[in-house]
Amino acid sequence: MNIGYYPGCALHGSSNDYEQSLRACLGLLDVQLQEIKDWICCGATAAHSLNHKLSLALPARNLALAERDGHKQLFAPCPLCSMQLLKVQKAIAGNGARGELAQIVEADLRGDSQVLNLIQVFQNIGLDRLKAAVKIPQKEITAACYYGCLLTRPPDVTHFDDFEQPTSMEAVVAATGAKTVDWNYKTECCGAGMTMANEDTVLDLAHKILSNAAAHGANCIVVACPMCHVNLDMKQEAVNRRYGKKHGKKLGMVVYYLSDLVGLALGISAEQLGIDRHFVTKA
Amino acid sequence: MSKIGVFTCWCGENIARTVDVDEVAKRVAGFPGVVCSLNYKYMCSDPGQAMVREKIASEKLDGIVVASCSPHMHLKTFRKAAQTAGLNPYLVEMANIREQCSWVHHDKPSATAKAIDIIRLSVAKVRNDVPLRPIQVPVTRRALVIGGGVAGIQAALDIADAGHEVVMVEREPSIGGKMAGLSETFPTLDCSQCILTPRMVEVGQHPRIKLYSYSEVEAVDGFVGNFKIKIRQKARYVDVSKCTGCGDCWSVCPLKKNPSEFDYGMGMRPAIYIPFPQAVPARPVIDKKVCAKLIRNGCGLCEKKCKAGAIDFKDEDRVVEESVGCIVVATGYKLYNIAKEQPKASLAGYGEYGYGKYKDVIDSLQFERLISASGPTGGVFKRPSDGAIPKNVVFISCVGSRDNAKGMPYCSKICCMYTAKHTMLYKHKVHDGQAHVFYMDIRAGGKGYDEFVRRAIEQDGARYYRGRVSKITQENGKLIVRGADTLAGTPVEIEADLVVLASAMRPADGVEELAQKLNIGYDEFGFLMESHPKLRPVETNTGGVFIAGACQAPKDIPEAVAQASAAASKVQVMLAADELTREPEIAAINEQTCAACYTCLHTCPYHAIERAEVRTGRGVFIKNTARVNAGLCMGCGTCVSVCPSKSADLQGFSEQQIYAMVESLV
Amino acid sequence: MEQSLEDNVLPQGTPDSFLLGALAHTHLQDCYQCGKCTAGCPVAVRMDLAPNQLIRLLQLDDSETALRSSTIWECVSCQTCSARCPKSVDCAGVMDVLREASLAQHKAAKPQHAVVAFQKAFLDNIRRNGRLAELELIGLYKADVVWNTGRIGVLFKDAGLAPQLNKRKKLHLLPEKAKDRGVVERIFARCSARCSEPEKK
Repeated sequence: MNIGYYPGCALHGSSNDYEQSLRACLGLLDVQLQEIKDWICCGATAAHSLNHKLSLALPARNLALAERDGHKQLFAPCPLCSMQLLKVQKAIAGNGARGELAQIVEADLRGDSQVLNLIQVFQNIGLDRLKAAVKIPQKEITAACYYGCLLTRPPDVTHFDDFEQPTSMEAVVAATGAKTVDWNYKTECCGAGMTMANEDTVLDLAHKILSNAAAHGANCIVVACPMCHVNLDMKQEAVNRRYGKKHGKKLGMVVYYLSDLVGLALGISAEQLGIDRHFVTKA
Repeated sequence: MSKIGVFTCWCGENIARTVDVDEVAKRVAGFPGVVCSLNYKYMCSDPGQAMVREKIASEKLDGIVVASCSPHMHLKTFRKAAQTAGLNPYLVEMANIREQCSWVHHDKPSATAKAIDIIRLSVAKVRNDVPLRPIQVPVTRRALVIGGGVAGIQAALDIADAGHEVVMVEREPSIGGKMAGLSETFPTLDCSQCILTPRMVEVGQHPRIKLYSYSEVEAVDGFVGNFKIKIRQKARYVDVSKCTGCGDCWSVCPLKKNPSEFDYGMGMRPAIYIPFPQAVPARPVIDKKVCAKLIRNGCGLCEKKCKAGAIDFKDEDRVVEESVGCIVVATGYKLYNIAKEQPKASLAGYGEYGYGKYKDVIDSLQFERLISASGPTGGVFKRPSDGAIPKNVVFISCVGSRDNAKGMPYCSKICCMYTAKHTMLYKHKVHDGQAHVFYMDIRAGGKGYDEFVRRAIEQDGARYYRGRVSKITQENGKLIVRGADTLAGTPVEIEADLVVLASAMRPADGVEELAQKLNIGYDEFGFLMESHPKLRPVETNTGGVFIAGACQAPKDIPEAVAQASAAASKVQVMLAADELTREPEIAAINEQTCAACYTCLHTCPYHAIERAEVRTGRGVFIKNTARVNAGLCMGCGTCVSVCPSKSADLQGFSEQQIYAMVESLV
Repeated sequence: MEQSLEDNVLPQGTPDSFLLGALAHTHLQDCYQCGKCTAGCPVAVRMDLAPNQLIRLLQLDDSETALRSSTIWECVSCQTCSARCPKSVDCAGVMDVLREASLAQHKAAKPQHAVVAFQKAFLDNIRRNGRLAELELIGLYKADVVWNTGRIGVLFKDAGLAPQLNKRKKLHLLPEKAKDRGVVERIFARCSARCSEPEKK
């Protein structure tokens, strides 16, 4: 199965371990990622914060490129990218802004391709098929599934799962033979794009998330977002520096991409998945 | 009709200021058939009416037009005057030259011209009026009360005390409703059961009240004064006539761990049970979903133990029929549940409060049972999860209520008061405990109500935070409540041992189906519709059906009781005579021309059209026809507009009259 | 419902609540000040105005205070407020409009310069490259912060991360760029902000 693939800047930048994981994992499940040609950045937080029209136009260009390449499905592994793409689809539904956006981005825009997040890709593969393909059940794993903000919010854009008590990621994790915990920070924000500009906020939020997962008995966190991974994995050392003393111990929480966990269960090595390139590699 | 009198009123300055009444009288005198045309300063006054009566007699008038205000105002006045003077009251027409003319125009010449035209219409109509007689409908002088909560009890007792028979239908095994489960009531803190149970006993023992408990209204037929009610008596598996209520059966029943409906799951009951000790009737029922005998022919201990031989495992539902003249609907309310699965697509649950997954997040009625002296914890205030005494209790107002996103934009009205009460009752039980209340506004209008809320804050130390709660989670056995205080402009986080949700009031289950059986209206939330929000608050749009209590809108006990008494007094008026007089302005079907297509029958909103046969005097069948049930018809005219053969017509507003009016203008 | 992209443009001066609401496709007068936004906001404690206070000021047509608040730059766009609002007021969408207007009208709160600078640097970066060039972004952002705030320390912050990233093959000295950068430039040119800048006298 071929699906259109919009990596977004993060996966071609410092989150390239996510792309490595996706290609390894999905490849084994016979899903080939066809990167859309000459994609551009979706504008991320900066665009919707500073220029509304741009925040629609940039992803609209990518949507148009995907359509031009003939992709019926477009997989965006970054929830911010995928939410922005869905926002464009919402804006052009009923022809509202279709014509104008098409002019701006110099390409036809139908808005009929299906935008998918990583959980949906696994759902489309089929959890039964996934279960059947598992070679190494991940029995040692007790995961805290972390959805963050934009997989489920805003609900009238994403139309995905229950935005207060989501369970779709747990279902995928359960298919790998791993256990999951019920915890309280599943949908709390990690600070996302503030990593650079407002580190205090990110450390505060990441600390709450990491410690809540630990308090509920998780031995790892599973994410489906490059920004969540940066804030929880790369910044974990900084969290420990700031809050470790307060708690008298360091948090050593491995943060997996969802595709890492599935990949491990399928028998792919940690190196092939790029897990060795994470900052926190063991608890 | 040829001798018509027109009486133009000045209404003081109200009409005369903008309409030249002399000119009107002069011009109208020339209309065909008009034999006298007068104007007077106040036509509705005694001298005015005398003038009308005198002219009817002296001029032998056979129709009059009063050009004055709206017929809502004075049609009855002038019909009465005409009747006194010997003229059929339905030969009186009113031309509204006040609301529809003088009040809404400034220019005198054009207002005068318009007034003349309005009168022209009425003269055209009165020329085509025919004398009508009020309709007499026989009345069954008994009433049905649906629902045995405090409103139903009040209505039933009022009607029965006035001397009429009452049939009461209650869905649950006992009457008493929600009030029977309350601990103490605001703003006096008197014990709910102490004031209600004597009234329940009165119902149970009243010689004129026939109580069907554990029963539901299955079907309603007939019309005002003449309803036929089918009542389903659900299988109780206990012969109420033999049972003495001794309690041997429920003591011996081994299946004791079933969530008690009366305790809202806070306590347990056996498979054979009475809901609470003061139940009326104090006769048990068997829960067929759990009884081992009924499920798999096991156990049967209660049958062996019963000395009266009252246990009957072969019992079946029975349908009985009752005839009544009036119906009072008092089906009450239930609390909205925050669960993910909702009974209606328009409602949503509270995922942010955990959809009900936390045992120590309870609703207000559950709190009432926990704090009640007769409750499942015997009056010791313990939380459900581990029986610990909660030291920090958070009360949250407006859960569901005033929440458009959850589908209930309305205020449930009583939560502010009972939440204040809850904080007091809690403090009286747990002296070292702290009550926290999250509220948006405090609505405490009522005698002694605001003082009551202030007492909770000032004397009993409840801490009020003005803000909604955004999320409830659980950490280490504590409920983490994340709210805000908008007065301080800060988020507030409280570690609570128990959270009490003041959940929205919703109409009782099944009320929409019942409303359809009764042919009465309900709003988008399922609350029953009154006929007029101000002037007909207990009537419905179906004659003879009245509403009382929280089935109409959220309300507290005093209001529900007052409304029940109001409904009861309306019932008493209807049951005061053997016959009921109805206005004759209803539809009639020309049975000779009717093609029996029954389009009218299907479109009539009041189900007032019946299938009938036209037969000769000897009973030989001639043809089928539609026929109007005079008891049900409300005179809306829908049948007239849909009838393909023009066989339906509205008396007093016939097609001929309407066309005559139109033609008079063109 | 988004009808057109051009439908509302913020005028100069202080916009009223109706216009701000229209820009955010939400109705500010619907807010009944329940505070659920503030209660659920992960960063409310860091804000100078709680989210509900911000909306309140807009209801009172005091957008001036809102545009100069730290709140709009502390907001992390997590959408929790909008998702939970009982009145479906899109508080997060309002934040976007306010940020856009605040920047256009040069009213962004000084202490929040780092956030503003980062977002601006981010967009500039995309305009030039079509895709994000991380190192370039960090460099220009830090230069801006130092230049405008004098906080030299910023330069060395996270400096230790670079070798760590490099070790993990996460550092790209030569950034990936979109091939057709002309179209990116043209898209940017066609997307003027919905809030006009004050005219220079």
